[in-house]
Amino acid sequence: MSLRIVVTVKYVPDATGDRHFADDLTVDRDDVDGLLSELDEYAVEQALQIADEADDAEVTVLTVGPEDAKDALRKALSMGADKAIHVEDDDLHGTDAIGTSLVLAKAIEKAGFDLVVSGMASTDGTMGVVPALVAERLGVPQVTLLSEVSVEDGTVKGRRDGDAASEQLEAQLPALVSVTDQSGEARYPSFKGIMAAKKKPVESWDLSDLDIEAEEVGLDGAFTKVETADARPARTAGTIVKDEGEGGKQLAEFLAGQKFI
Amino acid sequence: MAEVLVYVDHVDGAVRKPTLELLTLARRLGEPVAVALGNGAADTAATLAEHGAVKVLTHDASEYADYLVVPKVDALQAAHEAVSPAAVLVPSSAEGKEIAARLALRIGAGIITDAVDLEAGDEGPVATQSVFAASFTTKSRVIKGTPVITVKPNSAAVEAAPAAGAVEALAVTFSDKATGTKVTARTPRESTGRPELTEAAIVVSGGRGVNGAENFAIIEALADQLGAAVGASRAAVDAGWYPHTNQVGQTGKSVSPQLYIANGISGAIQHRAGMQTSKTIVAVNKDAEAPIFELVDYGVVGDLFDVVPQLTEEIKTRKG
Ligand SMILES: Cc1cc2nc3c(=O)[nH]c(=O)nc-3n(C[C@H](O)[C@H](O)[C@H](O)COP(=O)(O)OP(=O)(O)OC[C@H]3O[C@@H](n4cnc5c(N)ncnc54)[C@H](O)[C@@H]3O)c2cc1C
Ligand SMILES: Nc1ncnc2c1ncn2[C@@H]1O[C@H](COP(=O)(O)O)[C@@H](O)[C@H]1O
Repeated sequence: MSLRIVVTVKYVPDATGDRHFADDLTVDRDDVDGLLSELDEYAVEQALQIADEADDAEVTVLTVGPEDAKDALRKALSMGADKAIHVEDDDLHGTDAIGTSLVLAKAIEKAGFDLVVSGMASTDGTMGVVPALVAERLGVPQVTLLSEVSVEDGTVKGRRDGDAASEQLEAQLPALVSVTDQSGEARYPSFKGIMAAKKKPVESWDLSDLDIEAEEVGLDGAFTKVETADARPARTAGTIVKDEGEGGKQLAEFLAGQKFI
Repeated sequence: MAEVLVYVDHVDGAVRKPTLELLTLARRLGEPVAVALGNGAADTAATLAEHGAVKVLTHDASEYADYLVVPKVDALQAAHEAVSPAAVLVPSSAEGKEIAARLALRIGAGIITDAVDLEAGDEGPVATQSVFAASFTTKSRVIKGTPVITVKPNSAAVEAAPAAGAVEALAVTFSDKATGTKVTARTPRESTGRPELTEAAIVVSGGRGVNGAENFAIIEALADQLGAAVGASRAAVDAGWYPHTNQVGQTGKSVSPQLYIANGISGAIQHRAGMQTSKTIVAVNKDAEAPIFELVDYGVVGDLFDVVPQLTEEIKTRKG
């Protein structure tokens, strides 16, 4: 039987660009270049490797996001995913983590899955909670924050390097995993991959396709509200000295002045 | 007065510092009721009482160690039902965030992660967060259900505030999902004897400029003179010079110490994301144009192999 893998990927504003908030205090996605979240490239990579190991597998990439989010899907398809699903709806504007997990879970169920692969966190929101939320909603084991992952005979195994310990984890499929940037370098799309991606199917679903009411998502459905967002005041320019043989001592003097020594 | 649930992060009964900081914040919102789970849960009570816990709900079962996350969510949900708190506070570790998120979903509440401050507001707690690699500061509120908020280490001072800390057994029935993800082996991290990276008052970090695993001894020597934790940039970690657990930045630890010393680190946005909220920032870098200098309170343009050992020696001399 074929192994159905769904990879959740997010389209995010470029971290090296000038990220900011829109007037309604949502992340401004219009004025900044976007891209496939780098941390989700690791998820696509691990999904492709798991698919390679399986006799028969299909990798679907799924994103919830605006029109431009198709770029993220194209990138994942050019890396080697088989097909893509884009959930797009004007009512999704301003959706928070709880709402996003609802949309992802419904879409994953509609697509059909044995394994969901997510990134460790999105590079814009950096909450790192969506995978746990999606697992809770789907009622499947969460095997998250893995730096190593494998699937064999219906069992997923992986290593989670936590603060206090490194743990070996194991769960039965269907399951959800998330992978860290320690899981292995993501491949670059080849020219052939880029050409092939143009012919791969991208389905578009809206909220009605997923039986979700507009009030459940978007700013209206949000469980949290950002009340103010202020640019952090620029740090006052510090003292910079050039080392001419006494740099270490000068630094010690500064630290002593600040009572660190 | 309203009660506030505080999830206790502890290792075999030894309470970790971020939990004590949470108690300080919880007291701004109401009366802290702590929830301690797993091996040594009851041993946490004395420390928690000293820092303001009016009650300590405890439960121990092998499930907490043998299965990932979900048993703890089941227990915290049981505590939420028992107490009907005004808010639930959880330390912002990777696991803490996952537990908090699943709890929020189950109790129909909103979640805020990585708060760096909390105040009581007319309409419930207001959380301060630092976003987009700390280039913005936001204030947010949970507007549905019991606010569930995870708080970063070093967000508040640890304060003594003696309270009853009465230990009560928490009744927990595990859900059928509790045993979904089995922990088949666990290798505890070896202690370095240095402070915990996220909890340390001073962090001394090394980057690509350190140029080799063996040279990290220079960074460690400075750290040890200052009683500091050691951090590393991703470039240093990827090169295999220092363990990933010490990585500072977006995909490593986020630190907010009193003093951060960056050595041979350029200051890429992903590195800044993990250290920009440090109170005082110092850098040693041989490139005067390195972006890290935009952040510093004090910077030395120079070779770290000259500057850092001289600094270490000078501190030693001054300490006598
Ligand atoms: C999705 C994603 C996540 C990331 N997450 C992280 C993260 O969590 N943490 C992180 O750190 N990075 C992260 N990065 C990587 C980040 O973009 C940078 O590549 C990295 O921080 C660079 O490390 P560095 O400053 O040590 O190296 P470099 O940028 O190479 O800088 C080395 C610096 O050392 C100086 N130097 C060299 N020799 C000496 C000497 N002898 N004396 C003094 N100075 C010297 C040089 O002038 C230079 O400024 C991430 C990247 C991506 C895409
Ligand atoms: N809008 C989205 N579309 C698809 N996947 C998402 C979306 N938001 C979050 N994810 C997935 O959830 C992971 C963690 O996101 P977060 O909790 O927002 O940090 C990401 O790495 C993605 O795999």
